[in-house]
Amino acid sequence: MIYKGLLFLLWFCVWLLLQWPPSVQYMVTGAFVSLLVSFFTADIFSSLYTKEEAPPAKGGGILSFFSRIFWFLCYVAVFLWECLMANIDVAWRVLHPGLPIRPGTLRLRTKLKSDIGLTFLANSITLTPGTTTIDIDKANGYIYVHVLALKEGCEKPEARQCLADRFERILERIFE
Amino acid sequence: MKNYRWAGGLVVLVILAGAILFCPVPLMLGWQSNFLARAFLCLLVSAALCFFRIFKGPTAPDRAVAVDMLGILIVGFCALLSIPTGRDWYIDIGIAWALQSFIGIMALSKYLEGKDFDE
Amino acid sequence: MNEAIGSSLIVIGVIFDFLGCLGLVRFPDVYTRLQASAKCVTLGTCGILFGLFLVKGFTATGVKALLCLVFILLTSPVSAHALAKGAYRSGVKPWEGTVVDQYGEDAAGKV
Repeated sequence: MIYKGLLFLLWFCVWLLLQWPPSVQYMVTGAFVSLLVSFFTADIFSSLYTKEEAPPAKGGGILSFFSRIFWFLCYVAVFLWECLMANIDVAWRVLHPGLPIRPGTLRLRTKLKSDIGLTFLANSITLTPGTTTIDIDKANGYIYVHVLALKEGCEKPEARQCLADRFERILERIFE
Repeated sequence: MKNYRWAGGLVVLVILAGAILFCPVPLMLGWQSNFLARAFLCLLVSAALCFFRIFKGPTAPDRAVAVDMLGILIVGFCALLSIPTGRDWYIDIGIAWALQSFIGIMALSKYLEGKDFDE
Repeated sequence: MNEAIGSSLIVIGVIFDFLGCLGLVRFPDVYTRLQASAKCVTLGTCGILFGLFLVKGFTATGVKALLCLVFILLTSPVSAHALAKGAYRSGVKPWEGTVVDQYGEDAAGKV
């Protein structure tokens, strides 16, 4: 029930942003529509939510909540910076006459378990330096990544963690 | 051979950039019209590159990638169009186009993967 | 002031869009093309939308531009990931200059 309320608030905010100078007519219509939509779509998301609810019982408390918010802000800052650097890097490689790329697919081991953490990790891998997630093997905890420009020596099977796992360390503190 | 092709491409690029920067533009509205018209030309050239990949692409996934990029370019085009005309429904078209193209690309990639649409 | 910053952001975004599409033409196979274009075009369009927000301020257009930016940032990596997986499953081989292909090895072992 509280989950449906949260969903309703989210859709209502999106509606308000779409009708920016808020007026009473539009707000009433928006409340009605977002009530309907949250009622009908709650079943789709609720399975994800109940799975999500079980693990984070260990820390609890208001302090944990604030530390999560803090790490989320850290994550956004690191993510934006990495995204900008990645784009400048790729643009340089596009313009270079010799096309200096060494593509390859790698297998990375990850410690993240929750669905939403894995989703965030995959998305931020996709938008950072020359890497795209191809597949996730959740049973063994592997992520398969396509890399645009591999560093020297990373293609040997014993070199596992060549990519920066900064994201993983931060995401672990938010979602686990 | 590769370097000659690169140099030819560079010459074409410089000529294009000069043409975009110095061509005469009919003035539309307001102070921004001059540089906005050049931004439109630049986006049109990128869309032409996407079309080149759609026509030439050797496999189906190449074409799918080019269609995806074309969708995102069109969102930027709609966003730019809303400045000189002053109508805010252009950005509505952009939002709807972004969502539609996302759903279309998901369906296309499921088809490429050889699965049904319900996973 | 805001208009100047917004205009320069729009110019940077347009340049990144163009470079992304150039990468779409220049790179040798599907995966590298996907890399170049998905990243550059996403950042370029986000730059255009944020510049539009700075030019227009908190009006209807500006707020909708912010919403559109969030949509694109959320959906673009997901569609890139789905396309890469679909291309791999449909049997497109990586470029011959590929250094290492651990996904291909593991998928061959599993199926």
